[in-house]
Amino acid sequence: MSDFWILLTGALVASCCGILGVFLVLRKMAMIGDAISHSVMPGIVVAFLLSGSRDSLLMMFAALLCGLLTTFLIQMFQNSGIQSDASIGVVFTALFAIGVVLVSLYARQVHLDQDAILYGEIAYVHWNIWELGGVSMGPKAIWLLGFTLFVIAAVIGLFYKQFKLCAFDPALAAAIGIPVVFFHYLLMGLVSMATVSSFESVGAILVVGLLIIPASTAYLLTDRLGVMIGLSVGAGVASTFLGYGAAVLLDASIAGCMVCAASLLFIAAFLFSPSHGVIVKKLRLRQLT
Amino acid sequence: MSQTKMTAKHNAKMAAPLAIHGLSVAYQKKPVLRNISFEVTEGELVGVIGPNGAGKSTLMKATLGLIPSISGEVLVYGKAYKQQRKLIGYVPQRESVDWDFPTNALDVVLMGRYGHLSWFRRPGAKDKEFALECLNKVGMADYANRQISQLSGGQQQRVFLARALAQDAKLYFMDEPFAGVDAATEKAIITLLQELKLQGKTVIVVHHDLATVQDYFDSVLLLNVELQAYGPTAETFTQEQLQRTYGGRLAFLDRSIQPLSISEGKGE
Repeated sequence: MSDFWILLTGALVASCCGILGVFLVLRKMAMIGDAISHSVMPGIVVAFLLSGSRDSLLMMFAALLCGLLTTFLIQMFQNSGIQSDASIGVVFTALFAIGVVLVSLYARQVHLDQDAILYGEIAYVHWNIWELGGVSMGPKAIWLLGFTLFVIAAVIGLFYKQFKLCAFDPALAAAIGIPVVFFHYLLMGLVSMATVSSFESVGAILVVGLLIIPASTAYLLTDRLGVMIGLSVGAGVASTFLGYGAAVLLDASIAGCMVCAASLLFIAAFLFSPSHGVIVKKLRLRQLT
Repeated sequence: MSQTKMTAKHNAKMAAPLAIHGLSVAYQKKPVLRNISFEVTEGELVGVIGPNGAGKSTLMKATLGLIPSISGEVLVYGKAYKQQRKLIGYVPQRESVDWDFPTNALDVVLMGRYGHLSWFRRPGAKDKEFALECLNKVGMADYANRQISQLSGGQQQRVFLARALAQDAKLYFMDEPFAGVDAATEKAIITLLQELKLQGKTVIVVHHDLATVQDYFDSVLLLNVELQAYGPTAETFTQEQLQRTYGGRLAFLDRSIQPLSISEGKGE
């Protein structure tokens, strides 16, 4: 049964990240995803210290605030003339460091360590059961991730045309009256949500891998946005399955194997994609000469 | 001009498609546009001309509310721009978007319909039909399903124009539609501009090629941070005015307006 829960958790994480990753990649904001995944840490710690539990809505809310704060600070530094990559680097390392200090100061005795936040432990997902009136409802992580996926799918589904135009041509979007800034923060809010619901299972660092790698893989395989989202989710889910299989065989870190699998899928697409693949392009050139 | 006088003037005649009063824009305290005022006549093709860094694109963006202005008022058919979005079509510079975006030509043209749809509505069959018609008008119907990165620069520009047509507007802003396009596309754009004019639409075009100004535009607006001159092309596009606008950076073959070279690249 634990296999089932671990795979389901992985698939849910991959789905949440796969959908959002597409928009991050297309808007050339992959590193902002990275930044958010790190800087939710102080939010997680503060919420944990306030509530004393690891699975509260408060934690989700605090992380959301941290994610939006990160986005806001990065934007502010950029607007005042700092290089965009430098401002990303400054903001997320600073917030992350605050998180590290807070953990080492206050959370030493309680069950919250840096490793748990950074690397997660998907293998323990099925130990943390949600009980309702004495009846077991299944792992809490599944409910949390399921809820997150529902919110992400609903928001992206409802505002698909807005997100699409904001990604492709923000100037036209603004000109026809779409609140571009609002949708920017909405996307960043969703990324924060996805990060904090995933951190317990795959960890704050590896969640970046599932945000960016499957979306980049999908980018190489299609010329349609809708298809790209589907392929991104597909590549992410396939990575979790392949990664889990490899982890069981090798007795290695599950989350680590999952992201390794995602990378291998990316390399395969990079080499063999029918439209963008390096090898296919070479072959085509040879046929021409 | 006082506020009351201005309002009275507006009420007296049909409101102009575009009226700008005292528009100023600054980036980090450096003025980019200073106290720009002009009024565009309905049904005209207006060329916006000026050297690099003169603020031509900025004027367009500030008018559309894409960048903040520090002062001034923009009226579209007598009302604030925000109330008149549906009357406006916009063609940004081609380089401003990522042409590797996973989408095809028809889909890009459909984006022109988004402004007419409610928040949750997706474009339907009617919108698709209209978008195809617009693609047809720029001679790109055969490329509807082509991935946009596989189109040539000129074809991409025509897709952008078709998207503006899909906006079904009365007042169009085009930011350098002629930049880096082939002869066929240039011809297609001109035909289209003439057609829009015949339909009584007003088009404002940021333009770089001084050699074609007299052929293409009814009016010209000469800009270099401040408004240098504005009026009918025949009276305004003179060597004297151009020298003033461009400083010493123009070389002429002879006394007639035939610019030999302009010392500038494209974009600003």
